Amino acid sequence: MNDHTADDAVPEVDESRRKFLIAATAGTGAVGAVLTAVPFVASWKPSESARAAGLPTEIDLSRIEPGQMATFFWRKQQIYVVKRTPEMLATLQNHDGELKDKDSEKSEQPAYTKNAQRSLRPDVLVLIGTCTHLGCLPKTRFTPNDATVMPNWPGGFFCPCHGSKFDLAGRVFEGSPASVNLKIPPYSFPADNKLVIGVDADGKGVA
Amino acid sequence: MRISLHATLLALLLSASAGVVSANEGGHAGWQRQADNEVGNLPSLQRGARNFMAYCSGCHSLKFVRYARICEDLKIAASQCDELLVRPGDKAVDYIESSMPAADATEWFGKPPPDLSLVARSRGSDWIFNFLTTFYADPASRQTGVNNLQLPGTAMPHVLSSLQGVQNAVWRNVEHKAEGGETILAREFEKFEPGVTGSVTPAEYDEFVRDTVNFLQYAGDPTQLQREGIGIWVILFLLMFSGIAYLLKKEYWKDVR
Amino acid sequence: MSAVIQGKGGFRAWLNKRLPVDQFVEDQLTGYYAPKNFNIWYFFGSLALLVFVMQIVTGIFVTMHFKPGETTAWNSVQYMVREVPYMWLIQPMHAVGASFFFIVVYLHMARALMYGSYKAPRELLWVIGMLIYLALMAEAFMGYVLPNGNMSYWGAQVIINLFGTIPGIGPDLVEWIRGDYGIGDATLTRFFSLHVVALPFIIALLVALHLVALRQVGSNNPDGIEIKATLGPDGKPVDGIPFHPYYTLKDIVGVGLFLTAFAIVVFFMPTFFGLFMEAPNFEPANPVSTPEHIAPVWYFTPYYAILRAVPDQKMGALLMAISVAAFLFLPWLDRAQNKSVRYRGVLSKLLLGMFFITFLVLMWLGLKPAEGLYVMLARIFTALYFAFFILLPFVSKADGNGPVPERVTYHAH
Repeated sequence: MNDHTADDAVPEVDESRRKFLIAATAGTGAVGAVLTAVPFVASWKPSESARAAGLPTEIDLSRIEPGQMATFFWRKQQIYVVKRTPEMLATLQNHDGELKDKDSEKSEQPAYTKNAQRSLRPDVLVLIGTCTHLGCLPKTRFTPNDATVMPNWPGGFFCPCHGSKFDLAGRVFEGSPASVNLKIPPYSFPADNKLVIGVDADGKGVA
Repeated sequence: MRISLHATLLALLLSASAGVVSANEGGHAGWQRQADNEVGNLPSLQRGARNFMAYCSGCHSLKFVRYARICEDLKIAASQCDELLVRPGDKAVDYIESSMPAADATEWFGKPPPDLSLVARSRGSDWIFNFLTTFYADPASRQTGVNNLQLPGTAMPHVLSSLQGVQNAVWRNVEHKAEGGETILAREFEKFEPGVTGSVTPAEYDEFVRDTVNFLQYAGDPTQLQREGIGIWVILFLLMFSGIAYLLKKEYWKDVR
Repeated sequence: MSAVIQGKGGFRAWLNKRLPVDQFVEDQLTGYYAPKNFNIWYFFGSLALLVFVMQIVTGIFVTMHFKPGETTAWNSVQYMVREVPYMWLIQPMHAVGASFFFIVVYLHMARALMYGSYKAPRELLWVIGMLIYLALMAEAFMGYVLPNGNMSYWGAQVIINLFGTIPGIGPDLVEWIRGDYGIGDATLTRFFSLHVVALPFIIALLVALHLVALRQVGSNNPDGIEIKATLGPDGKPVDGIPFHPYYTLKDIVGVGLFLTAFAIVVFFMPTFFGLFMEAPNFEPANPVSTPEHIAPVWYFTPYYAILRAVPDQKMGALLMAISVAAFLFLPWLDRAQNKSVRYRGVLSKLLLGMFFITFLVLMWLGLKPAEGLYVMLARIFTALYFAFFILLPFVSKADGNGPVPERVTYHAH
């Protein structure tokens, strides 16, 4: 029938058991909550389509004239590919003092491009065409001594947004709002006239 | 814990509802068989993938499925993937489109062959199995020369006739009583008889179709295998949590008298 | 400065000066007394709230990838479940969650019918609940149309055409709802906005009102006795216990078991034998090819069976509308003195039992094709369905007035 046994003596409350059970329940619940969050958070990672679209891009170098630049898209970024002539390579010397980071200590590039010309092959320059200041697309100013850029301009890139200047190896000049050299993506040459962006020179693809 | 009358009734109610409604599966005609495919059987799925690419992908697309995903899920090595599955001109990451231009398909068949990414979920494995195994000779009424028990009047030719051959259907006449009381003469399917022989035995053909159906079931729901693996752990965790929470509840409810 | 030195106590005081946190806990949790004799039927209110939250969270994530519209919806669903990490789990959770929402809500409503929880002073609580039910039906219907599968299309076609039976304004109304001469992009995009934004807000508001109305009058219980009638020396009902910790802890167990059942379905049988996700909806919408059996999802089929039972289209639609609306009038149709069916006579128990069975049979019939024996059965059970509402005033008056105990029936558990 009914268990209204309010007249009976109330048993002792086992506080330590209650504390333990509360902790056990709360602990298990917290673990469960975190585990439940995993699929939701993970769903923001790039999808299979994004990864498929981000696969390496192959470029036929014979289509680019010496002294010219062509642009490509890779992983939603503009990639600048410049066929550098010997004259353009010569302009890289003699202005080390005006560079913020002549040895590319602070900039992002693959190990095989951390050299004076910032490239795997001297005649091909590959850059990510994003100004390291706030992300605009730098414009080409390859003609040396272009006074509209600056006195003794060796040739390179000029960013129209806030005036950052880079030389023909993507190194940033003093006086620019940008503080690091232009970034370089992983790339390699599977054949003499073929450039692939997204695959390192040691053959490893990028994750 | 006293399992109350209410809890028992509730449980019975819910399971009866589920049972009654799930036993809803439509009546099976005598000739209909079950596919009996096992989605967990990787070699079967691999064979099915190969079968699909060889015999079906000429007309039917699998437009939500990428080659690369099939090879990853079915553990097919990249080199074999390219060799056996990926069509020339396609990359492994591409979706599987059909080779047939849609306009031509409509002209030849009346409508383009449907995409098969989800056919196992909309029609079911058994339906597809029966469809592929019940083609029979019918030159009198069909332009393709064949008809089909599962989908009478189908526009699809018997693409697998090189394997199965073409069987003949044997009919018998039956009498029905219609609503108005009149007798209607109809013909009913009785059995198949061998006609033109194919290159494999009937048992081998069934296995071939079973593998292909298996692959299509995978293609319709690629994550079903890993889903169940994770599910077991989730359920065990939840049961453990419920148990601990129950102990806590009991402890505090000692107060209530 | 002093607040920091005092530590937690200081923060709590700081907070409470600006938000009535402690007062809220006192009013709604530790100081709110609920009857101690709640049984299994009393889990479903909190579970409904849980499912509502689950649908919102999974819905937020599904909306990140779903692209509403005639040409994009179908593909976006396939893309999301195959290619976006973990959406193969989250999208089915949303679809299965919709069905679980109705399972929970129907059981919740059944409790109200058994124990007279709709009777004074809880009539408004019941009406608000019915408004939630209506909003939920609209929300579920539109959600099902969004993926633009073949059943989405044809189900929408049938349901929207029902509005065409309204005399005078019917055809114009149908065109206005659709936004086009047939179901298409306009229909899908407006349903998207309603399903994702408008209705969730409305449902949330109604749920809040529902809870406020509940707290205002206090909860009913399986014996139908007002516990506030018998107060103890501390001014609290003798048959009441503080909601926290007793019912918070009990509800947590309910949540754990419910989630276990939910997980079994989501991970092992998400389509639930073609009831939660119907097979024809795995084909894209095809205006020239109707599925063999058009049936709405199971939670609508009782009313669908009633619609089809009537040979005349207009009458069928009218009767179907009445069959849903009839619930609204229960507080006034029921003329018993005693709330709970426990303290009513055999007739009341039989009548209520008959109604529950009728509802389930109609649900089953609505899933069947409208031919042969099923037609006759649908008519019989439609009659029984309305018989419940018609007979209730008389039956309840006749045997709902016996003596009731002063104290609730409670067994320690």
